[in-house]
Amino acid sequence: MQLINPELKVDFLGKRKLAMIFSGILLLLSLGLVAGKGLNFGIDFTGGTLVEVKFKEAPAIADVRKALTPAGYGQAIIQEFGAPEEILIRVQNQDSSDSSKISTDILDALGVGLGADNVEMRRVEFVGPQVGEELTQAGIFAVLFAMIAILIYVTFRFKLRFAIGADAALLHDITILVGVFALTGKEFSLPVVAAILTVIGYSLNDTIVVFDRIRENFDFNRKRKHPDDEVDVVNGSINQTLGRTLMTSLTTLLVVLSLFFFGGEVIHDFAFALIIGILVGTYSSIYIASPVMLSLEGRFETSDEEREKLEARP
Amino acid sequence: MQAYPRWKLWLILIVLVVSAMGTLPNLTTPPSWWPSVVSQPMNLGLDLKGGIHLVIDVNVEKAVEHSVEEDVDTIRRVLRENKIRYRKLDADGKTLIVQLKNDSDSAAAETLLKKEMPGYTTVAEAGRFTLTISETEAKEIKKFAVDQSIEVIRNRVDALGTTEPVIVKQGERRILVQIPGYEDSARAKGLIGRTALLEFKLVDEKGDLEKALSGKIPQGDIIVYGKAEDRGGKMLRQPYLLKKRTELSGAEVADARVSIDSQYNEYAVTLKFNNKGARKFDKLTNAHVGERFAIILEGVVQSAPVIRERIAGGTAQITGSFTSQDARDLAIVLRAGALPAPVKVVEERSIGPSLGQDSIEQGMNSIIYGCIAVLIFMVVYYRLFGLVANAALIFNMLLIAAAMSMIGSTLTLPGIAGIVLTIGMAVDANVLIFERIREEIRLGKTRLAAIDGGYDKALSTIVDANITTLIAAIVLFQFGSGPVKGFAVTLSVGILASMFTAIMVTRAIVAFSIEKKSSKELSI
Repeated sequence: MQLINPELKVDFLGKRKLAMIFSGILLLLSLGLVAGKGLNFGIDFTGGTLVEVKFKEAPAIADVRKALTPAGYGQAIIQEFGAPEEILIRVQNQDSSDSSKISTDILDALGVGLGADNVEMRRVEFVGPQVGEELTQAGIFAVLFAMIAILIYVTFRFKLRFAIGADAALLHDITILVGVFALTGKEFSLPVVAAILTVIGYSLNDTIVVFDRIRENFDFNRKRKHPDDEVDVVNGSINQTLGRTLMTSLTTLLVVLSLFFFGGEVIHDFAFALIIGILVGTYSSIYIASPVMLSLEGRFETSDEEREKLEARP
Repeated sequence: MQAYPRWKLWLILIVLVVSAMGTLPNLTTPPSWWPSVVSQPMNLGLDLKGGIHLVIDVNVEKAVEHSVEEDVDTIRRVLRENKIRYRKLDADGKTLIVQLKNDSDSAAAETLLKKEMPGYTTVAEAGRFTLTISETEAKEIKKFAVDQSIEVIRNRVDALGTTEPVIVKQGERRILVQIPGYEDSARAKGLIGRTALLEFKLVDEKGDLEKALSGKIPQGDIIVYGKAEDRGGKMLRQPYLLKKRTELSGAEVADARVSIDSQYNEYAVTLKFNNKGARKFDKLTNAHVGERFAIILEGVVQSAPVIRERIAGGTAQITGSFTSQDARDLAIVLRAGALPAPVKVVEERSIGPSLGQDSIEQGMNSIIYGCIAVLIFMVVYYRLFGLVANAALIFNMLLIAAAMSMIGSTLTLPGIAGIVLTIGMAVDANVLIFERIREEIRLGKTRLAAIDGGYDKALSTIVDANITTLIAAIVLFQFGSGPVKGFAVTLSVGILASMFTAIMVTRAIVAFSIEKKSSKELSI
């Protein structure tokens, strides 16, 4: 079976202007959303308390709120989590008292208001203000560090302009992924940062496969009497790897969808981030990485001396 | 096609056998003769097993301040022994200030202080000394405070009777506490978080409490309040005027047990002092019959009974309208000893047992469904070669399970996500190879040459692509916390395993099935 007709020759790069405009709009939209609407940061970053409880009988949200009010948490964010019996309660850190005790107060209040036998603790998460700041820092560091490490590796294995193309694609993917989180208002938590790093790895994986083929074809092309234009070589390379690109995206998408549908509420957002990341990552490895790399033609590299050396190779 | 090297076959066979053996303990209890290296099942993380996860911050600055305060006594003693009189002697945060009565003593005092207080830098100016604790000394005290806190917390957690709690230092001043299989987060936090500082001080019976409350506290006295009590809708706190000096402390307690107070028929905690404490208590009660002594727990006066007679037995009782749980926990913390500095819970991630069980089920489901989907897809798309890739994929799963069990790493929910993702990415190497073989065939190569070409040309791509993913996984491991680390581990293990299975194992299978088959067409 074939997904892609091997004879197929799509002029991907011919449409690169269009793709650039499309991506540009998406990027601007994403940045606008993040700046305007903002991200719904989870307690990992803002600090706060999250309590997940399971009731024997599904309660009305209003009743849960009523039970929490005497304890002073009437303003808490209360929502259903996956099933009507499961409720998620979120409270911000308080300056005055020891915030680590909030979860205890909440569980006690629920027990008093709705019956202790009816309430089961599923999960308690508390992140102190200091830790929240540290996790934010660590998250930003991680993304930056990964990008730098990749820049170095790709420069070492390929060339600087390939590395810049790869990082441009990554930046593109991350920005749009974050933009989607701003748009949907889904919680931006630590696992989502983990998903971003995974998307970095994945998107890069895709890009590298295309680059690898481009490098191979460049070498081949240079040895020919009448070398083709770089654009044509790149276009050919993208077409040659298209079957694999789509195939791998499909298999990965299959498992991530399985995670999304069967993995449970706790990793739902994580799986969601991966799905978006895979889609955007596949697109960017075709339409962003290579065009950016091409647009840097002649910069940063191959002095004539080096080229002669290459040409002298048997 | 070149002959497939023998040693590679053996390697594959050995890895297969070891992986199968390493995976077995996860499915069933292995027989007794089973080698111990491969007999450990995977560790499950708290998010799968359920339990309490706390990160505790030790207020090490307080420990330093406390130590500086204690040195006031040292200086007092040293100066007195050398007959140097002082006007003022005080601790202020990290510094001690000594003001001499006679400037003429300055030289003697300076030599003395420098000799006796080596952990401080001493600055002298006209009969006044400022001693600042040195960085190294402060660091030492901080480290000691954290280490000692770990000991105390371990004693307290052990008293809960759970199996295999984890209590380790995290960074400079934090302590990670994990109590698997325990769900009473409130009690755990209560037990771990209290300083359990117990002090016995005499009540200043001659002092005027009213005057002291208006601000005129007699020299050497302090005001300490009792527990808040609700009387007719008003919260009242009973103030006590006490001697500043601590006569006895929790450090001299050898044992603490729950008891019933015979007088009020209430829960109480009976303390038993160690030898030194018993002697002190004996002397104290002997010398102050008819006076009161206050029992102060964590800065709050629990009770201030009158000493009716000399108490020689070395026991004392703490009362305070406790519930049975209160009394039990108080006994636990008093037995375990006081924390050297106040602590605070700065992070908690506790999981109830039912959520852990659900997560395992859902995680396994997503692995199974994801795996089936990929297996079917590969066969439909690559036919016979798809089967080969599938065999490698199953081998890969086996290898991951065995590696995780053998290196003793912990499987978390994000870790399961990592495995699921690996399934999708593991076949990528085979996709690369197979697509390349198809290309070679289209170029008109013979089937054996096409297979060789496909594997050879795809190799560098596979290595490059996987190393970059590995870089991301390593960064994730470095910066991630807790469960996220688990994801990085399974992802890394999965990538490495997939490179082995997708390249080596499929090649071996292909090499053998091709030699035997005679058909001209490749089923790809």
